[in-house]
Amino acid sequence: MSPDSQVNNSTSPQVDRALLISHLQPVLPDEALLYEIEDLRPYECDGLSAYRELPLVVALPDTIEQVQAIMQICYELDVPVVARGAGTGLSGGALPHSQGVLLGLAKFRNILEIDPQRRTARVQPGVRNLAISEAADEYGLYYAPDPSSQIACTIGGNIAENSGGVHCLKYGLTVHNVAELKIVTVEGELLQLGCSGLDSPGYDLLALMTGSEGMLGIIVEATLTLLPKPDTAKAILAAFDDVVKAGEAVGNIISAGIIPAGLEMMDKLSIRAAEDFVHAGYPTDAEAILLCELDGGEHEVAEHIVNVQQILNTSGATEVRVARDDEERMTFWKGRKAAFPAVGRISPDYYCMDGTIPRKHLPEVLQTIADLSAEYQLPVANVFHAGDGNLHPLILYDANKPGELERTEEFGGKILELCVKVGGTITGEHGVGMEKIQQMCVQFDSLELSQFHAVKHAFDKKSLLNPGKAVPTLHRCAEFGAMHVHHGKLPHPELERF
Amino acid sequence: MGDTSQQLQSSLEHAYGSKTPLSICGGNSKAFYGPDIDADVLDVKSHSGIISYEPTELVITARAGTPLQEIEATLKSERQMLGFEPPGYGQQATLGGTIACNFSGPRRPYRGAARDYVLGCTIINGKAEKMHFGGEVMKNVAGYDVSRLMCGAMGTLGLMLDVSLKVIPLAEVEITLVQECKLNTALQKMHHWMLQSMPLTASCYDGEKLYLRLASNQPEINEAIRVIGGDLLDNSEQFWQQLKEHELDFFNSSKPLWRLSLASNVEPLSVEGDSFYEWGGALRWLNSDAPADEIRRLLNRHNGHATLFRNNKAGIEPFHELPTGLLKIHRELKQAFDPANILNPGKLYADI
Repeated sequence: MSPDSQVNNSTSPQVDRALLISHLQPVLPDEALLYEIEDLRPYECDGLSAYRELPLVVALPDTIEQVQAIMQICYELDVPVVARGAGTGLSGGALPHSQGVLLGLAKFRNILEIDPQRRTARVQPGVRNLAISEAADEYGLYYAPDPSSQIACTIGGNIAENSGGVHCLKYGLTVHNVAELKIVTVEGELLQLGCSGLDSPGYDLLALMTGSEGMLGIIVEATLTLLPKPDTAKAILAAFDDVVKAGEAVGNIISAGIIPAGLEMMDKLSIRAAEDFVHAGYPTDAEAILLCELDGGEHEVAEHIVNVQQILNTSGATEVRVARDDEERMTFWKGRKAAFPAVGRISPDYYCMDGTIPRKHLPEVLQTIADLSAEYQLPVANVFHAGDGNLHPLILYDANKPGELERTEEFGGKILELCVKVGGTITGEHGVGMEKIQQMCVQFDSLELSQFHAVKHAFDKKSLLNPGKAVPTLHRCAEFGAMHVHHGKLPHPELERF
Repeated sequence: MGDTSQQLQSSLEHAYGSKTPLSICGGNSKAFYGPDIDADVLDVKSHSGIISYEPTELVITARAGTPLQEIEATLKSERQMLGFEPPGYGQQATLGGTIACNFSGPRRPYRGAARDYVLGCTIINGKAEKMHFGGEVMKNVAGYDVSRLMCGAMGTLGLMLDVSLKVIPLAEVEITLVQECKLNTALQKMHHWMLQSMPLTASCYDGEKLYLRLASNQPEINEAIRVIGGDLLDNSEQFWQQLKEHELDFFNSSKPLWRLSLASNVEPLSVEGDSFYEWGGALRWLNSDAPADEIRRLLNRHNGHATLFRNNKAGIEPFHELPTGLLKIHRELKQAFDPANILNPGKLYADI
């Protein structure tokens, strides 16, 4: 969708701003309630800055009781509420609602308890992802999910988005690492989800809440599972003269019964951009590189390193390098971790996609992306969590050139639709938010979308929590379908067209 | 054996139209689990067969009626396995029943639960609508996680047609170390080794001996044996198989069998009966005639929960009571998926 057509906001009833402020003032200290335009401005967007909107007010509570009071007031006055952590999300999930409260949870930044025996960390939602591993370090433990924004992003946002990272194939996503949650419901009630054991009675509400993009409740506390730090970690860098061969090598490693801690692929454009930026020693003449990290016990890693080298060679790698030490291993990773900003240096703007595909379809998907790139005359750099099939094509564009953002979004939409076509998904780890809401109509049919709405209704009858995000209305899909007819078949033929 | 989804959908259409409650039945291996319900049996066993299996993608998709044993044998032929090592409680156990119960075996604390391996599923909801959620890829955050919501829902939210699961490679070597010790020492050791980067895949204490299972390559295992100590168990595979299937002597008692789930480091509970410790201390089986209220109060105090797993003679609610707020959400979700209350009604809680 284009940024200036935010129907979610325009269709909402007007809220009496003065009335809302007068209700919120008694429950929040002055500095925790912002409503002057210049104070609202910093909250107008998240990491997807092409979409901007000012909320009516920003509330910055620091106690659960305050969150409950805010929710009770908003429920009574029918005011939409959008929760926000650090605002690093890439899908516009924390885009404010023009008639709503932007509920900032960044003040909840305490690590409440680390229980080394149970291997858990109980934290407030505004704690930064990396701070959890830093606090657990003294016990030899860490928190595994590591989204690239981990230095800044908060755990509340991670849970709302079910964030991933580079270690998902072996250690899972956020949903695999959350043991308990406290949430505040739309009515302001405090609920505990999960138990101190490894399971809980009834429905798996932890799974439902994780990745629900602020649509079902406000996360106010989380208990996370920690893992013992592996004894050792080794990295291999392999160069290929063909991306298809690199893709096959990934399958060959996994067929051999080896699950790498990280398995990343970069294509030529990303390699060159990264190399120019951080000088990681990447082979700039390669069509693709694979970065493979193995961790665990020393003996196991030692054997796997030898095996992976052999597999890479027989898979046609033109060069295979094993990091001599931790320093070189970090250098290998430095290039990958700097890939996004590196691409940012070679283009005024870039648009990061987040589809996931079954790995076997990688050759055709990369070929189609290359074809589309030529058609739209927009270059693409591909960075790929190869182990788990999560693609991040970065479309290079210039927002100052009229029409280029629109062309980029259309191109991006086609990439996501391609991911769905080959059996994948429109988002692997960034969430739907506002950004991919149209493509939800491609991935899900009206029955499935209606079921999502029914789930939402079970938690939020008035549809006040982050309305308009994550799950499109059927009408929106009908409008979108009218614009994008696939194979001559109209999606949602049961709906009237307008 | 094959695709009977159309017949199943028509059965549900009929049941929805006539508001006839259905009791979903696969291999009928877990009839003992959960409340008894009075409803027409819908046999889903014949909706069976592996739809796709891609060892290099680490994904298998199978129809819900597929026998667990067939799936396990297929994976084994490619040197892979189900990471949650589910118990079947009978030869006839199916994939659907296993997921509906979210049953996970000895690997649970080290490799995750059934729900952790579910990538996607096709269901028919209580309005006879067929829908697909999730997919066959490891990372997928589009829409609410309805696939995982089906895990442990006891068939009350949807009839599962097929499920896609992530699988894991078999380790080169798996062994078990045994040592005699007192309960407190056993619990301490379980915690100690779990904090180290040890290739643990199971742990239990039977009242006399601590059992630790490890999986890796031979040199790593040799090192672990040297560090941990104890005797090698001769029949390692058989032992864990018998434990997960409840075939050890401990499970022969005629007393009510309680399944206690709580933080691993909670001290041994003072309650009448015999205990068997699993999952590093986080799962405790208890043969006990103690009143259900007493047991559940104890578990409440520790933020855990108690399931009356077998030998429920007194008609006690098998599942731990939910707080009012949560129960309300359960009712709303049931309504969202099954408004006519036809899918296993009462199989989880009264009217759910």
